[in-house]
Amino acid sequence: MAESTFSGAAAPQVEAATIFGFTRPQAVAFLLLAIFVGLSPFMLYPVFLMKVMCFALFACAFNLLIGYAGLLSFGHAAYFGMGGYITGYAAKAWGISPEVAILMGGVAAAAIGLPFGWLAIRRSGIYFAMITLALAQMVYFFFLQAPFTGGEDGIQSIPRGKLLGMVDLTPDLTMYWLVAAIFLAGFLLIHRIVHSPFGQVLKAIRENEPRAISLGYRVENYKLLAFVLSAGLAGIAGGTKALVFNIATLTDAHWAMSGEVVLMSLVGGLGTIFGPVIGGAVIITMQNYLAEFGAWVLVIQGVIFVACVLAFRRGVVGEIGALLKVKL
Amino acid sequence: MIETILFELEMAMPQVILGLVNGAFYALLSLGLAIIFGMLNVINFSHGAQFMMGAFVAWMLLNWLGIGYWGALVVAPLVVGLVGIIIERTMIARLYKLDHLYGLLLTFGCALVIEGVFRNEFGSSGLPYRIPNALQGGWDLGFMFLPVYRGWVVFVALVMCLGTWLVIEKTKIGSYLRAATEKPQLVQAMGINVPRMMTLTYGAGVALAAFAGVLAAPIYSVNPAMGANFIITVFAVVVIGGMGSILGSVVTGFALGIVEGFARVVYPESSATVVFVIMAIVLLTRPAGLFGRA
Repeated sequence: MAESTFSGAAAPQVEAATIFGFTRPQAVAFLLLAIFVGLSPFMLYPVFLMKVMCFALFACAFNLLIGYAGLLSFGHAAYFGMGGYITGYAAKAWGISPEVAILMGGVAAAAIGLPFGWLAIRRSGIYFAMITLALAQMVYFFFLQAPFTGGEDGIQSIPRGKLLGMVDLTPDLTMYWLVAAIFLAGFLLIHRIVHSPFGQVLKAIRENEPRAISLGYRVENYKLLAFVLSAGLAGIAGGTKALVFNIATLTDAHWAMSGEVVLMSLVGGLGTIFGPVIGGAVIITMQNYLAEFGAWVLVIQGVIFVACVLAFRRGVVGEIGALLKVKL
Repeated sequence: MIETILFELEMAMPQVILGLVNGAFYALLSLGLAIIFGMLNVINFSHGAQFMMGAFVAWMLLNWLGIGYWGALVVAPLVVGLVGIIIERTMIARLYKLDHLYGLLLTFGCALVIEGVFRNEFGSSGLPYRIPNALQGGWDLGFMFLPVYRGWVVFVALVMCLGTWLVIEKTKIGSYLRAATEKPQLVQAMGINVPRMMTLTYGAGVALAAFAGVLAAPIYSVNPAMGANFIITVFAVVVIGGMGSILGSVVTGFALGIVEGFARVVYPESSATVVFVIMAIVLLTRPAGLFGRA
């Protein structure tokens, strides 16, 4: 079977009875996810779980673009990094409370996403990927040279601060609940976007752009809005991560990070709601265990990339969905 | 007044020459990318890694086998081209029926593997590679000092680009290539082995990258990240030039190198980003690229 579109599982498109927009299997999966988020900090190391959730949200935001609008961005590290730097700077230099700082990170990322998206959607396919990558490299050099980012050192010892000026976030477990709330809210928002009329039009554009144009949709506007939303959510993920680890560095804005988020979505399953979450968890867990092997992590990630593209294009969640004949 | 301008120019010349050298590498690399893309419809993300491999193979030939620069200029492209052919046969060839983006992702994975392996073996600090004796020293041109090796790189790159253009435009194999780029099924029906042409095209493109890598070895230190730093700028060059024409990508490559050199004189902070800014302007005015076909 020739796969014409760049999406994951080719599950039936019939919309079954839904619970808040979730099909029954999706509702079950979401319930399991929520239970896991609720119970896991008592069994696993909270900082590790927070890292997983930050990257899972980042991957979900990326997947909004590739999975539903069919646009492969190879420069999402720019928005992730922008979120981290702005949140970090706002929290450290201006002493702004964490919830506002994270929001500022998201808004800043969306604000650069707007002109970048506007430029990039002029081309599609491979060119789109190259343009987003090049623009992200420009942002990387900006962070390297700008006075407020601390160059190679990054912004260090960012305070987590007090949520709403009351709850001290310094204890890991307290911070955990904030991160969990952001993650789940972001996840539900993306789900809502995908299943809104707006999301349906996005899918129509992905499947057959000339047809969508002929039906009278302003395709550019839809793509641009999807791009800005995706960038903004990536910024929120980056800002949250900066607060969790008290640091924002160039690593977050490097092209390797853009590649990493592609890998997470690919491993989990492009175009599936839960795929990026699973993919993020798998990749972060792997990095944790392989940290001592140094540069071999790069090799292993490369091998996983190649293996996924060659033999495992549906990803973990896509394969499970195909096995159970449901759309996850 | 004129004297100050001349003085400024004299100060600027070394940077412009450096820009020209960078431009030579942009031209060689974007040329290879364009040839591969034309035939295979794949953006070869491992192009930078294969450029880096060329430099490392030259280093290994010298230090392990005692084969010098001139030998490496021939052997390294062959070795790396062979690796490219193996990659194409075993992996890329399976993806032709799928969305082109999978080719990009696959070659990105290959780039990570290659870079990781070399970083494990050689560390990331960089290895020195001496300029061959025949190309040591420099010429005093009166207004500036031109290192011979820099001049040599620009000259060889021009010759290579011209040679590639001649092969594609003026020879029989080149006409097969152009025909297969336009209508692969039809060419296949004429009894020409298109899959083999695709393999050889990929091998040739990769060999060109490795050749550029050998040229680069004495200028930049030989290190695993050297390709990755180059390739993103080359992508921008490709977007600016458009991949429709071979000559277009060569001209764009050289021109952008020179622009970068001037930027380094006028406003040094901008030199890293000027190519990307130009890319944005080109996208606004001519989305298909300067030489591209919409």
